[in-house]
Formats: sequence, C-alpha cells, structure tokens
Amino acid sequence: MAQLKILVVDDEPGIRSGVARILGNFHVTYPFMDEDYTFNILEAATGEEGIEIIDREMPDILLLDNKLPGIQGVEVLEYVRKKNYDIVVAMITSYASIDVAVKAHNDGAIDFIPKPFTPQELKASIEQITKQQYLRRITHKLKVEGRKVRFQFLSVLSHELKAPLNAIEGYLRMMQERQMGDSLDEYASAIERSLQRIESMRNLIMDLLDFTKVSFERQMEKMQNVNLKELVSMAVGTVSPYAIHKDIQFVTDVKGCETIWADPNDFEIILNNLVSNAVKYNKPGGTVTVTVDCTENEFTIAVADTGIGMNNDERDMLFEEFSRIRNDKTRNISGSGLGLSIVKKVVDLYHGVINVESAPDRGSAFTVIIPRSQVSNLKTGI
Amino acid sequence: MTKIYTVLLADDDPDYLFQVAYYLRKAGFEVMAVESQAEAEQVIARMKPDIAIFDLMMESDDSGFILCYKLKRKYPEVPVILATAVSRETGITFGLSGGQDREWIRADLYLEKGVRPEQFELEIRKLLKI
Repeated sequence: MAQLKILVVDDEPGIRSGVARILGNFHVTYPFMDEDYTFNILEAATGEEGIEIIDREMPDILLLDNKLPGIQGVEVLEYVRKKNYDIVVAMITSYASIDVAVKAHNDGAIDFIPKPFTPQELKASIEQITKQQYLRRITHKLKVEGRKVRFQFLSVLSHELKAPLNAIEGYLRMMQERQMGDSLDEYASAIERSLQRIESMRNLIMDLLDFTKVSFERQMEKMQNVNLKELVSMAVGTVSPYAIHKDIQFVTDVKGCETIWADPNDFEIILNNLVSNAVKYNKPGGTVTVTVDCTENEFTIAVADTGIGMNNDERDMLFEEFSRIRNDKTRNISGSGLGLSIVKKVVDLYHGVINVESAPDRGSAFTVIIPRSQVSNLKTGI
Repeated sequence: MTKIYTVLLADDDPDYLFQVAYYLRKAGFEVMAVESQAEAEQVIARMKPDIAIFDLMMESDDSGFILCYKLKRKYPEVPVILATAVSRETGITFGLSGGQDREWIRADLYLEKGVRPEQFELEIRKLLKI
C-alpha cells in the first residue's frame, strides 16, 4: 500500500479536521494501479505556514482555500507553480469568483471543491486527483526510461562505429610510419583488413537507416498490394552472389494467396534479413527453404537453413540490438547485429509473431506469422 | 641481462589486438595477445604477467572488470590497465549496481581506446616503473 501526503491549507480548524476525518480511512484503488493508496493528512492555517510545510514535506496533493488571513491561496498556488513542484492542487473555496477561478486554473489547479462539501464530494475529487497524479508520474517515468534506453543504444552504437575507425586509422598509421618496412607487399593484410572493416561499417549504417525508418516512419500511403512471389524472388536474387560463392541451393514455395496489403519496404526488410542470415550461417553446399502460406486469417513466412544452428542460450539473445553470436563457427561471419532486431520491430508493428527453432550443427528455422485483419490496424510507430 | 617484461593483452577486436601487440613487441615487450575473457582467464591460471591490459567489453559487458578482479585477487601487485571505447560523457555504467561493487575493481589506469600506441607504451613504463 502506498501513502500519499495531502496538505490542507485552510484558516477554519473545522474544515481541516473534517478533511482529516474523511480522508483518514479512505482508500483509492484502480484496476491498473498495482497498489492501494491511503492518505496522510498535514494541516496549515495560513498560506505562509502552508509554504513552509510544502518546502519541507513535499506533499503529493494540496487542498487550498483561497481566502486566507495573510497571503491568499492563489499566491500559494503561484509559488508551487514557480518552483515546479510535482504537486497536484485542488482549490477548496467558498468564494469562487470567476477571476480567482481563471487565475487558479491557469496556475495549474486541477479541481475546485466548493464549500460546504459532503464527505462523498471530497472523496470523489480526491479519487480523481489520485488517479491523475498516478498517470502523470507513470508517463514521466516511461519518458525518462525511454531516454535511458535511447542513450544506451546510442552509446553502444558509437562504440560499434568507433571500433572500425580506430582499427583502420591504426593500419594507416602503420603504413605512414613504415612500421613493417618499405615494401607495400608487407602491408597487404593491413589493407585487406581495413577494407573489411569499411564494409562492415557500411552494412551497419545501412541497417541503421532501416532501423530508423521502421522506428519513425509509419505512413499509410505506402500500403499497397504486395506480390509475395516477386518479393521472395527479389530477396533470393539480392543474396545470390554470396549464395553462389557458398554453393547454396534455394527451394521456394509461395501458396495460398498472390498478394497482401502491406508496405513493401517492411516485407523486403523481413525477407532480406532472414534470407541473408540463412545463407551467411549456412554450410557450403547447403539449402535455404523459403515458404509463404496464406490462410483466411493469417499469412506465414518461413525461412529455414541447413547451417550451423545455435543452442538455446544463443537463441535467447537473438533479437537484441547489436547482439551477435560469437563462437568458433561464426568467427568469420560479418554482420551489424541489428538485422533481427529490425525484423522483430517490423513484425511487432504488424501485430505478428516470430518464432525460431534451431539445433547446433543442424540448422535454424525462422517463422513469421502475421494476422491479416490487423494489417489495416497498424501500430503507428515505436 | 635486462629483464623482458610480459604484457597480457585481451581485446575482442582482432585488428586492435594485432596493432597494439605489434607495437609493444617492437618496443621490446613479450606480449600474450588473447581475444576473449575466457582465454585471458586461462592465461592467468597458468602464469603471472608483469602487466595486463584488458578491454572493458568482451563476451560480457563487464569482462574487463571481471578480469581485473580475478587477476588482482591472485596477483595483487600486477598493474592493470582497462581500455575503454565508451566516452565518459554518456555516463552509462555497464552492469555494476553501484559504488559498493566498484570497491573491488581497482584498476590502476583507465585508457580510452583511440589513444596513440606511444602513449600506451609510456603509461605501461610508468606503471612498471621502468
């Protein structure tokens, strides 16, 4: 049970003790709040005393009478606003002229409880106020956490970009200082490694662009009838130079429907990433099987390979950003670590699911299932 | 006969590892260059280096801290340099829950990874007092 502090500022002792009595045993609950709220009542007889208690105790809720002996209630309200305190304020007042009401509203008072009030009226207002306070705080917390997550992403990203730059710079300095002698032949592997690191940076940047596109651009105008057979052929075509090099065979099967209503870019992202991984992590001479199947309710895209596979621990980390599986078998496989996290983001946007089955040395199978009805009901971004 | 000092160097970036090891060997050090926290632990179990340089993030986000702790627990007098590519400005801490945990990770020096090899050598000589 959580306790909120309520400060009641009123020069009438009857009002103050009334509030304490009514709210002393009051609970507020709401389905989405994980705990009940109870209240601890603090009292002040003047505006000045009120301010002193506010500074010291930081109440969560302020019940403010306007007509006070010294400074008026609206001045206390102004003080709270200027200090930017996280306090919700309700005016309890028997003198509610329009001017006062407008000023109080402008200064952030969210409720007016006219005197005399019944216990039910007071409780109803407090209940509303408590829920509002809760929602405000949760929203702020999520914003702050969102920022933290973005910072973490950016810092890992800057690490991923700095590392290849440092490596390439190191090799160039070795050449500049002739550290391995005067003959260019000595630097063949330094040059080769620099070119490889440049390639990996290029891939990372391309993936990042996909990532930002998926995160921020969700335009309904891009939706159209997408021909799945063509999309699958294109994905296979894109990866074919590498596939030929590794002698990989493709088996494709598109059945059930010709087209789906979607953003073609999204499905290119899904297919390209899954098919490219299926080739990258495959064994020479292996096979990649791509199947698409439509039913009335959903369509399924499955990409399977006969490659190096992975164990359960490796599979659990799969969809995290920058996560790459590092073991003896993956030593020479390049990648940004963003591909699958992008795929997952896209699948989430279409309210779909992605499943992975895999066994070490036997291969992996990725299955994406997208509900057809949801396509017209896309989430608008992350 | 002057002593040849042994450097244990651990980093999962193979190019960085190659370049730093190359430079230090040219400068007269014997370098054991390994690409993972696991391999570094194997070396520590087998022998005592004169100085160690650990990358902060390898298999785990805290690899450098873990290795520092393990090495200092076994050989408290061996200086440890932690090499980090993460700029201080982001203010992100990786994995450690707070000040108390950091008590046992007393690296002798934190060095940012962009630093020139000559400076690296200078810092190593300072720590070894040579």
